[in-house]
Amino acid sequence: MTDTPRNVVGLNERKVDGYSLVTGKPVFAGDVDFPDCLHVKFLYSPHAHARITAIATHRAEALPGVAVVLTHENTPLRRFTTAGQGYPEPSPYDARMFDTKVRFVGDRVAAVAAKSPSIAARAVQLIDVQYEALPAVLSIDEAVAAGAPVIHDETDATGVRDPSRNIVAEVLVEVGDPETGLAESAAVVETVCETPYAQHTPLEPHVVQSYLDNDQRLVLLTSTQVPFHVRRIVARLLDLPIARVRVIKPRVGGGFGVKQEVLLEDVAALVTLRTERPVRVELTRPEEFYASRTRHPMRVGVKLGADTDGRLGAVSMEAISNTGAYGTHGLTVLSNAGSKTLPLYNKAPHVRFDGKAVYTNLPVGGAYRGYGATQGYFALETAMDELAEQLGIDPVDLRLRNHIRAGETSPIFEEIGEGRKGVEQTIGSCALEECLRVGADRIGWRAKRGLRRRDGSWAHGVGMSIHMQGSGIPAIDMGAATIKMNDDGSFNLLVGATDLGTGSDTILGQIAAEVLGVPLEKMIVYSSDTDMTPFDVGAYASSTTYVSGNAVRRAAESTRRQILEVAAAMLSSDASHLRLADEQVIAPNGRTVDLADVCLRAFYGTDQLQIGATASYVGDQSPPPFLASFAEVAVETETGRIKVVDYVAAVDCGVAIHPHAAAGQVEGAIANGIGYALTEEMTFSPHGRIRNPSFFDYKIPAAPDLPDIDVILVDSYEPTGPMGAKSIAEIGINAPIPTIANAVHDAIGVRLKATPFTPERVLRALRVLGAPNG
Amino acid sequence: MSITLTINGQGRAVEVAPGETLLELLRRAGCKSVKLGCDTGDCGTCAVLLNGRAVNACMLLAVACDGCSVTTVEGLEVEGRLHDLQSASLDSGGVQCGFCTPGMIMAAVDLLSRNPHPTDEEIRAGLAGNLCRCTGYVKQIAAVRMAHAEVDDHD
Repeated sequence: MTDTPRNVVGLNERKVDGYSLVTGKPVFAGDVDFPDCLHVKFLYSPHAHARITAIATHRAEALPGVAVVLTHENTPLRRFTTAGQGYPEPSPYDARMFDTKVRFVGDRVAAVAAKSPSIAARAVQLIDVQYEALPAVLSIDEAVAAGAPVIHDETDATGVRDPSRNIVAEVLVEVGDPETGLAESAAVVETVCETPYAQHTPLEPHVVQSYLDNDQRLVLLTSTQVPFHVRRIVARLLDLPIARVRVIKPRVGGGFGVKQEVLLEDVAALVTLRTERPVRVELTRPEEFYASRTRHPMRVGVKLGADTDGRLGAVSMEAISNTGAYGTHGLTVLSNAGSKTLPLYNKAPHVRFDGKAVYTNLPVGGAYRGYGATQGYFALETAMDELAEQLGIDPVDLRLRNHIRAGETSPIFEEIGEGRKGVEQTIGSCALEECLRVGADRIGWRAKRGLRRRDGSWAHGVGMSIHMQGSGIPAIDMGAATIKMNDDGSFNLLVGATDLGTGSDTILGQIAAEVLGVPLEKMIVYSSDTDMTPFDVGAYASSTTYVSGNAVRRAAESTRRQILEVAAAMLSSDASHLRLADEQVIAPNGRTVDLADVCLRAFYGTDQLQIGATASYVGDQSPPPFLASFAEVAVETETGRIKVVDYVAAVDCGVAIHPHAAAGQVEGAIANGIGYALTEEMTFSPHGRIRNPSFFDYKIPAAPDLPDIDVILVDSYEPTGPMGAKSIAEIGINAPIPTIANAVHDAIGVRLKATPFTPERVLRALRVLGAPNG
Repeated sequence: MSITLTINGQGRAVEVAPGETLLELLRRAGCKSVKLGCDTGDCGTCAVLLNGRAVNACMLLAVACDGCSVTTVEGLEVEGRLHDLQSASLDSGGVQCGFCTPGMIMAAVDLLSRNPHPTDEEIRAGLAGNLCRCTGYVKQIAAVRMAHAEVDDHD
């Protein structure tokens, strides 16, 4: 398979949705205007922690134009999780549509649906709420302190490890004897790193529109990463048969995990059911910050033990995660801080992961690209840099001595899964050595490392780190695809997979086109409509290329077999002797038949049938992509400002189905990671109110803030992947924090252990070091 | 009150409400390429050309645009032929989710009209008001580079 020439896979095709996007067609969920539509605005809690003792809505309801006011008094009380995960969700059922208690500033108290957004906003002001304020928990340390206020004191929540101690989840895994392993190591380093609240900030805020179709079925047109989970969760919450709900995901304006949540669909659906009118719910940018989801802040400690040659004997990680007011993705993000990092250094016989996720009265953590690995890698790769320094070994060489290779495994794969045991796996492809070589050459590692070059007040340094992630959740994530042939030799490809801007519609089309011997324009790709497409878990956990891609490959292979059988009769040949290429079936004697004629015969000739197939795929592996990351930074020692001068990411994602799209995933992830490293942090008042809910105050990178990120796709082939491919969406975001931290150390000798690396923090660290700071 | 303005070459008389922004007016007029990303002039997803210069449509009152000419990305395609920046955005891989794309393209149209041969630094500065969370800007900058090379080819 590896040396088969390819006609479609590996080409930088124009995106199948590209024309509509560059011409501004109304393809997003908010771009459709429904007649007689209601608009929803929310009333949010001003308290970090309070009980609602009374709520009066009559003044709001009396305002002309108001259709419905929703509160805990007139909505379902069953507990659920907004986390859009597979069933049963590994997140606790600790939330209600509207509750009698509020648990953070921004928690939902009520919703108003009115004929215009401004009337709805005015009506929100007319709702009278009486609160009994409760003491609030505003940090990890406060959450675990003895006698801390109990955030989830309700009796009907399920899936919470120990609500009385604010503990959502705990994970403890030990392999070998880490304590002895550390004690017997010649060199030991210990480091603790912290990452704060951060927000995904897709440029398109959450938006959903709902309506009843002519058969009184509920239709949700929504910017989601998980249409099938939305259907299941909304149906359960509102006691609807799944058959009565249709979820359509049109183009989505970015997600990065924050749209793996059922945040607004429940409210839109309920208002539509009560009023029989179309409903539009969309978040403003400030709401996106405080009322949607965030990255889980974490404190992660790593201890490494190694011999004098730098061979790791023991790796121990302790992580404590702040899941905010609700436990969405609390357990699984925590687990991934260990499961996506520790197998990278699989040679160590002694490994330990000890993690806790705790509630606080702060905004709610959720899925965010990297999913815990981002937080884990900061500590792990900082510790590796410290170990290299202590032993006098080049950091690249230290990685080369310890990282996992093809044909190897790690006990962690089996020990830590997604809310249950994981799956044993052997690495089928790993080009990390090559990534390290290529990346180091490109950045000029050997020439620049350790120079402490100064350029006026700017000190230069280079740093690096290495990473792995996964390709879907093995034995859990399932994707399916349907292909049907048309009588001009084109095909409909129907996938549940959810393109949220990644280009998955395009690359899945390329995989099908490759198998069927047609150009991409012969594939009509339609995705993510629960009425029309087969099931897929959705776009998360770097699953689409690998899991959905394998489903497409299977469906295409099955379709191909049927084409050859029909053609065999037309060519008086045996199907096993036929080839399919260039939109023709070719017999060994050189006779050909066009695909269009094959389908015409199938529709109108003899033994008529619809050529096509549905296939599913669930991985028994989650082949990791690998990345070697290098950066050159300049640090202005007078101001503490850090500039990323050069960034190189050498990546192994197996075969890149669409090199531009694959590189684009890494470029975007690195850019987001640079923002998280340098500027991005949600900050809070002493009462738990967010201080910076805007792009003006929460700084994400703009074009002038970034270097020309250089992504190098290193050749590799994953034997279990579709056409040799692995997934690539998340891994890049883990790299900038440790890479930049290590580069700053190379430049000025200080270790930064808390993001973002603001000028204040850099100056403070310089002062502690006693180094000249201008 | 009623104003007249030209939207993508078509003269229109439009009723506007007090406080209505140009963004709201344009979306109401069917130009759905003009996106609401922040409503505070920070993200650039609503960038359009007002009398040939890029502006954030969320920051302008519609009444203030009486007599003006507005171009949105819907107005760039001529007789089925994409504008060079639209083609270049597709060929460079600069379009991921596409939500920032219309505003980004309009900012780039403005940039190239003022400076047909921008350096990479000038391109970065020209796109500074347009946030993108998907791409890291690498391929969007490449698209502008590609498009100004195209302009040279046409000359």
